[in-house]
Amino acid sequence: MTATTEAPAPEVPGRQNVVGTPLRRKEDARLVTGRTRWTDSVAAPGLLHVVILRSPMAHARLTRVDVSGALQRPGIVAAYTGLDLVDDFGGLPTAWTVSEDLKTPSHFPVARDVVRYVGDAVAVVVASSHDAAVDAMEAIEVDYEPLPAVLDMEQAMADGSPLVHDDIGTNTCFTYHEEHGSYQASKAKADVLLTRRYVNQRLIPNAMEPRSVVVDPTGAADSFTIWSSTQVPHFVRIFMALVCGIPEHKIRVIAPDVGGGFGSKLDIYAEEAICLGLAKRLHRPVKWTASRSEDYQATIHGRDVIQDVEIAATSDGKMLGLRVDLLTDMGAYLQLLTPSIALLGRYMYPAIYKFETHSFHCTGVFSNKTPTDAYRGAGRPEATFAIERAVDDLAAHLHLDPIELRRRNWITHDEFPYTTVCGLEYDSGNYEAATDKALELFGYDALRAEQAERRRSNDPVQLGIGVSTYTEMCGLAPSRWLGEQGYVAGGWERATVRMTPLGKVEVVSGTSPHGQGHATTFSQIAADALGVPFEDVEVIVNDTAAVPWGLDTYGSRSLVVGGTAVRRAAEGVVEKAKLLAAHLFEADPADLEFDSGTFRVKGTPSATKTIQELAFASFTSHTMAEGSDAILTADHLVDPETFSFPHGTHLCAVEVDTETGMTKIRRYVCVDDIGKVVNPMIVEGQVHGGVAQGIAQALYEEAVYDDAGNLVTGSLVDYLVPAAPDLPTFETDRTETPSTTNPLGVKGVGEAGTIASTPAVVNAVVDALRHLGVDDVRMACTPERVWRAIHGARGSDDPAPAGSVVYGGATTETTAGGRLT
Amino acid sequence: MVRIQITVDGQRHEDEVEGRLLLVHYLRDRLGKVGTPVGCDTSNCGSCTVRMDGQSVKSCSVLAVQADGSEITTVEGLATGEWHPVQTAFKECHALQCGYCTPGMIMASIDLLEENPSPSEDEIRHGLEGNLCRCTGYQNIVKAVQYAAAQGGAQ
Ligand code: FES
Ligand code: FES
Repeated sequence: MTATTEAPAPEVPGRQNVVGTPLRRKEDARLVTGRTRWTDSVAAPGLLHVVILRSPMAHARLTRVDVSGALQRPGIVAAYTGLDLVDDFGGLPTAWTVSEDLKTPSHFPVARDVVRYVGDAVAVVVASSHDAAVDAMEAIEVDYEPLPAVLDMEQAMADGSPLVHDDIGTNTCFTYHEEHGSYQASKAKADVLLTRRYVNQRLIPNAMEPRSVVVDPTGAADSFTIWSSTQVPHFVRIFMALVCGIPEHKIRVIAPDVGGGFGSKLDIYAEEAICLGLAKRLHRPVKWTASRSEDYQATIHGRDVIQDVEIAATSDGKMLGLRVDLLTDMGAYLQLLTPSIALLGRYMYPAIYKFETHSFHCTGVFSNKTPTDAYRGAGRPEATFAIERAVDDLAAHLHLDPIELRRRNWITHDEFPYTTVCGLEYDSGNYEAATDKALELFGYDALRAEQAERRRSNDPVQLGIGVSTYTEMCGLAPSRWLGEQGYVAGGWERATVRMTPLGKVEVVSGTSPHGQGHATTFSQIAADALGVPFEDVEVIVNDTAAVPWGLDTYGSRSLVVGGTAVRRAAEGVVEKAKLLAAHLFEADPADLEFDSGTFRVKGTPSATKTIQELAFASFTSHTMAEGSDAILTADHLVDPETFSFPHGTHLCAVEVDTETGMTKIRRYVCVDDIGKVVNPMIVEGQVHGGVAQGIAQALYEEAVYDDAGNLVTGSLVDYLVPAAPDLPTFETDRTETPSTTNPLGVKGVGEAGTIASTPAVVNAVVDALRHLGVDDVRMACTPERVWRAIHGARGSDDPAPAGSVVYGGATTETTAGGRLT
Repeated sequence: MVRIQITVDGQRHEDEVEGRLLLVHYLRDRLGKVGTPVGCDTSNCGSCTVRMDGQSVKSCSVLAVQADGSEITTVEGLATGEWHPVQTAFKECHALQCGYCTPGMIMASIDLLEENPSPSEDEIRHGLEGNLCRCTGYQNIVKAVQYAAAQGGAQ
């Protein structure tokens, strides 16, 4: 180490106060040069390839599965049916008991007697090459005895409906009810009742990296290393131990580079158990990688909720009560969080509004489709869609500007902290400020004037303006709250910060990044807290051997919970370094000050030690205080007191060609309040990506099943993931109301854009057409649906727009659109 | 089995391959060029885009035997000492999050800039139509291409 006897100035070079600055990402160097390690790129000596034969039937009894033909093919090591593997793994887990009446069906990684959706695994083939395995799969003979498929939620609940699970005896998975105040009393007081049915269609998450698993059993003493394209390596370890009966300490899970997740990799999947079971049985490393089309069947879907909403209001626009009744499609089985998703949104229906009462009911329904689970926002986009659509519809009915109706009902900035009708305390927010800023950026009045002019002149291209003033609850969540809700895990997060002997820093975090930029933002937090250069920090994540404790990444929790843990652990290191410095100076710790990585003895300018010098001193331990643990490492576990509540105002202007039904987004303005910001560049990127996914739901995407239960949108050819020309430029801005519930003042941002944008866009589409008698267009608002909505409104007596595709296989699409009384 | 000879990122290879082997699998599984990922099975996503004799192609829609005699550049071969300006632009403009689409986006962007050294936003969006990104909403990718163009473009 160089001596620093001459200059009192700290030796530490580099920037100070990097939190809040748009530092470029550390992650990018390997990503832009192709030096990546995706799970499918992992190689192991003697690697075998697994392929899975999947059911082409939505519901059928397996009367014969014969793999013997496959075993004759070249390169084949093994082939198994579900019944061959009963000792290798048990059923897959569900982690959330949402109600006492929850029905949890058996869910085996490979079906044993009945297949329940197109894509259910029927047999597995293991071969020396992927191609050999695919070829051999053709020689497997299966006899399917067809059973009637259950595809529509309302029909599924009717008496006499065929059952997805015979042994359960009903298609109702659970019912859930909460009552906050007497909705009936609000209704009795109301002048106006707005009753609406909205539909959040089924979506396919489409992380660009298809899922993949590699398991290597060749480590020491019966231990297994699992590489998985997962958001939740820590959960995978625990649940693989339980599902496969392998002791937890013999399992190491690594999530290497993971190409996006959006909730779809927040799960415990059949293929993880299959690969672990096969690696154990065959004593060889194995790999399974989904093709995109296979991923469409075998990875969870999102949304799929029918929402009956009623608002009781006064004629001058005071919203009194809110009633919500949901039907939510589980699919054929329960994945990790399937039944909880719609319920995670339940407190977000009242949103930013001061309802007096709220009645919430939810029914989970089984169907013969791919299971649903968390997809970006998980319940909150659905809730926000319903309430923001309903508020716009109510405004139209009352002949009020939609902004004005919101102003009459939202929580004002001086009312925080505010306890909502659901009993949730919002710590901070300023809806007026975000809205005013958005209106100005948008040029709201000018656009309204243009809209009026186009209506007056009967322009074939009509202009619509949509509003969404969302809030959300994220940063999942206080452990105690999760326990009360019937969730099996907690919501804490843990970090270790340690100085290495030569003065560098390692941050170990239990979160599990898959594109969000944790290495950059956590380095910023640690660098500022320790006063070291940003470049000197390394962030260690995504490997259960290196990070024994963690609850991973989802629910916009990484920064709010995980980042707070990093900050606190770094402060712990500073505390320890201070004691060491005091010992070396023979000073009282209280007489030391710490600034920018350097300790000084007050009043003695020459007495300084950098934190790097102290790291080396702690390493040598030549001079230590009696009994001190001076190694500069500290752990911190954060269990959040509450959620964080980002909010914002999103405004969308669309041009709808009434002759073709084509919608074009002309402007998209969003002002988000996510509290303090660690890296504004990364925040903006999260907003862009989130808004894009929300727009995609509004205009483009829909998982469609035919009436035999085939996924018609079964590949990227048929499922419209928007490309660059399909999306506008987003105009983003922020207001900054710091969160008061964490030391960083931050709120989550990962899901905000998706939660906010869908209703803004659909509200705009409907607003463009409202003067033509249209009051709803079902998502995705394709040109055909828009065209039919216009023509239905003009001519037929069908109150709801009917699309060309059959939503949910039957009646949902044509269920009446709603009514006003 | 067919004998092919391909130059990949400056290195010559001779191999026997099955007629059905896709170029992307030849690159990944035979040559260990795993910087080029696979995102779909329908030639829609563009993740696998490489340059073949100076033109960007989706390497999942080319057979290895069709690439016989050609020169392939993957994302791994772009940086010769220094990064390619488009690589730098992607980092500078935060044009990637998970990075799975990035190799393909970069290769397609280079192609675009060679054909049109100062493209408009609209031209960029349409030029990259064959490459899907699920993370960024494309805005910063557009920005990165514009940034690279301003820095002197494709080379
Ligand atoms: S892998 Fe999707 S286009 Fe080639
Ligand atoms: S950065 Fe993740 S798909 Fe483009």
